[in-house]
Amino acid sequence: MSTRIGVVRFPGTNCEFDVVTALESMGEGAELVWHHQDDLTEYDGVILPGGFAHGDYLRPGAIARFSKIMGAVEAFAAEGGPVLGICNGFQVLTEAGLLPGALQKNAGAKFLCGPCEIEVVSSRSVLTGHVEPGTVLSVPINHFEGNYTCDQATLDSLIEGDQVVLRYVDNPNGSVSDIAGVSNPAGNVVGLMPHPERAVDALLGSTGGQTLLGAFCAATTRVG
Amino acid sequence: MIFDVAVIVQLRPGISDPEGSTIERALPTLGFDGVSGVRAGKHLTFRLEADNDGEATSVVEDMCARFLANPVIEDATITVTPAS
Repeated sequence: MSTRIGVVRFPGTNCEFDVVTALESMGEGAELVWHHQDDLTEYDGVILPGGFAHGDYLRPGAIARFSKIMGAVEAFAAEGGPVLGICNGFQVLTEAGLLPGALQKNAGAKFLCGPCEIEVVSSRSVLTGHVEPGTVLSVPINHFEGNYTCDQATLDSLIEGDQVVLRYVDNPNGSVSDIAGVSNPAGNVVGLMPHPERAVDALLGSTGGQTLLGAFCAATTRVG
Repeated sequence: MIFDVAVIVQLRPGISDPEGSTIERALPTLGFDGVSGVRAGKHLTFRLEADNDGEATSVVEDMCARFLANPVIEDATITVTPAS
């Protein structure tokens, strides 16, 4: 049976249809959830897609974290439900305090858009459950504020707690410790800057994203 | 009382500021030499109703800690003055 993934849509989100289409192409069920909704209990997993929620005003994610849906995302995550933030969704999760650290402007002040190689560091998260650590996947990036930043104590605890999920093979944006994706301590909330939904078909240049989204969907059935 | 509030949000010292660095690199091309330490930030101004100076300041500090600045990477400088 296919899973039912809720794909959260804020004003300014722009990758939600890509995420839904990618999941459907993989035989999974996905539907859009407007940010005014306050209940996610009917879903097996939740994805916060990329874009510019609330125009990225003040800071990416700063206003989105106060949207009504975020209370439901917090409750869903607290129950152990799988939550994935992609790009802007990752920024929203850090602003909401569901993931540690912050994402600031890329080193070199350059907007980055292109294919990117990332290495799976941990298979403990809902995004990498079936993926062997060390696996290198090609998944495109598309961001200006993807430079993952945290203080030394947070970085130490991330590494010690096996919360670094993905690292860049060739760090494009200055992220501390080459971090491309992190999880919460339990591993059920994950954020990453690369866009797995744009790498689900060989025609698009890579199926690396399908590997990750497939693992995420498998994790939803494991939990639900 | 009504207060005029000004908040400057900047990246914390030690956090790299690519926007500031880019501005700094551009200045010499216009002949402005000898500039260093450029930091870019946000300047927010608004009016706030509060009983006194201390209350206004503490409300704005709370705003900064929870919303206007991201304490992981940013500092906020607050100025509160009685509105003229």
